[in-house]
Amino acid sequence: MWRLSLLLAGALRMAAQEVGRAPEAAEVRQYGLTIAPDGKGLPAGKGTPAQGRELFSAKCARCHGEKAQGDIGPPLVGGQGTLATKKPLKTVGSFWPYAPTVWDYVHRAMPFDKAGTLAPDEVYSLVAYVLFLNGIVPENATMDAKSLAKVRMPNRDGFIPDPRPDVKRK
Amino acid sequence: MLQLGVGLGSGMLTRAQELRTLGKPLSGYGERSPYVKAARTTRQSKTPEAGSSASPLAEQYGILTPSALHYERHHAGVPAIDPAQHTLLIHGLVNRPLVFSMADLKRLPSVSRIHFLECGGNSGSEWQPKTGVDVQRSYGLASCSEWTGVPLRTVLELVGLKPEAKWMIAEGADACRMQRSVPLGKELDDAMLAYGQNGEPLRPEQGFPLRLLTPGWEGNIQVKWLRRLHVTAEPYYVRDETSKYSDLMPDGKARVFTLMQEAKSVITFPSGGQRLPGAGRYEVTGLAWTGRGKITRVEVTFDGGQTWQNAPLDAPVLRKAFTRFRLPWVWNGKPAAIASRATDESGYVQPTREELIAVRGTNSGFHFNGIKVWNIGADGSVTHVEA
Ligand code: HEC
Repeated sequence: MWRLSLLLAGALRMAAQEVGRAPEAAEVRQYGLTIAPDGKGLPAGKGTPAQGRELFSAKCARCHGEKAQGDIGPPLVGGQGTLATKKPLKTVGSFWPYAPTVWDYVHRAMPFDKAGTLAPDEVYSLVAYVLFLNGIVPENATMDAKSLAKVRMPNRDGFIPDPRPDVKRK
Repeated sequence: MLQLGVGLGSGMLTRAQELRTLGKPLSGYGERSPYVKAARTTRQSKTPEAGSSASPLAEQYGILTPSALHYERHHAGVPAIDPAQHTLLIHGLVNRPLVFSMADLKRLPSVSRIHFLECGGNSGSEWQPKTGVDVQRSYGLASCSEWTGVPLRTVLELVGLKPEAKWMIAEGADACRMQRSVPLGKELDDAMLAYGQNGEPLRPEQGFPLRLLTPGWEGNIQVKWLRRLHVTAEPYYVRDETSKYSDLMPDGKARVFTLMQEAKSVITFPSGGQRLPGAGRYEVTGLAWTGRGKITRVEVTFDGGQTWQNAPLDAPVLRKAFTRFRLPWVWNGKPAAIASRATDESGYVQPTREELIAVRGTNSGFHFNGIKVWNIGADGSVTHVEA
């Protein structure tokens, strides 16, 4: 019901009551990317696991460990097959449902203390390397907007809707 | 006392005069008494910008958490934002993308409402056998404030949603540009873009100058330092709603978009770490809250759950807000096991830890709302129960 009123209100809005201003296209770009799980929003660029290995040593290993096994920062490899066990290990490889989301997060939030400094090619390389370490893409893979969107993550179907309230009292 | 002192001689008189030294003069910004020491938990960490500090709920009176003691949960530290430079962009599936300054937002009709805020990871320790030793360390990632801001609905009316608009990606201005997918729908009737907290601008730790508030939902989705709402048709399954804040079930599947904070309560006095000085009169008190609206009942047990009695609730009981319960009690000096159990207006009853685990296992990590039992020893010591 209120959705309908929102649609109408948007259409009928009067110029005299305007609050806020229309952004310039360049301004919207400056806000940065938002990246959908199907890869929509991924920018141009590419990278390989080999390029990613070097970048990882230089920019990530001090927190995530040389082999991404985890240190100050969480582990980024391993855990496949553990989710239904007593000691589940949730990582990019075992838990994350979509590869473009890894690109989004590394680009947006990493390196932890220098977020926002990685160029698209670097992010493609780093993601390619982390996916390679997890056995998800081969060593000779090239990751770009198209190929990354095609990667099928092992836990792609691992997420289910919220069924709560789920605990009923007798 | 003074009269007595005069009668007793000049030594006492001097002391009485000392007691009447002039107090501190006026000040521009008040400080609490130096005798009051309540503080949030802090922890040693190599990345203290990603972590949480818990509110000392056992030292809170009433339902409002002092802003300086509101729990914290940050993923990339607290940014220092000049409100004059801060803007909010709303774009995507809207008829007119708009940028708002803080001054723009403050021109729009505003509301003030009291709501709790709780981290989706609050009480995460309670899933494991080593449960939290006191209220602060087991239930302290929850707080309650009066929030002031613009109804989200008002701002969405200005941009005009397209018919396909079903979600919005909310983004913060912290270093990690925190993002969450927020479903649009009737639940958001009470959502707001908040700039005020307990009568002053938001504290930086709570999102100064602007945050999203979706009352009743987990804290992380109520994005702080809000800089953008990108309206979409689908959720984006971003890192902080998949890798984090999702609930892993025993079969290896994880529940996603588990936003509701279900009914929960805890006794804050007597509670873990405290000590009753002896048998006699006390007031048992605590807090209850639910994301589904109002708390309708809180029951208290003194015998580990065999018998329960209703505890009176402070009026008025507010929707999606802390609700204070209080119950006079005479302790007979014998060991007791005390706990509280909340019921909300949807009829939902707070479960025991065992009932939760029977359904969700012990690895779900988030959204624990089980009953917390405190043991009172014959010596008056109050301790937590380990599973
Ligand atoms: C200064 C230490 C530090 C550096 C350097 C760093 N990270 Fe991180 N990383 C962290 C921390 C801490 C977290 C957890 C953040 C949180 O809790 O929100 C994290 C989280 C992550 C995650 C999410 C893991 C998960 O499963 O949720 C990924 C992926 C990641 N980092 C990749 C990288 C990459 C790639 C680099 C190099 C470009 C990098 N990080 C550099 C500290 C670091």
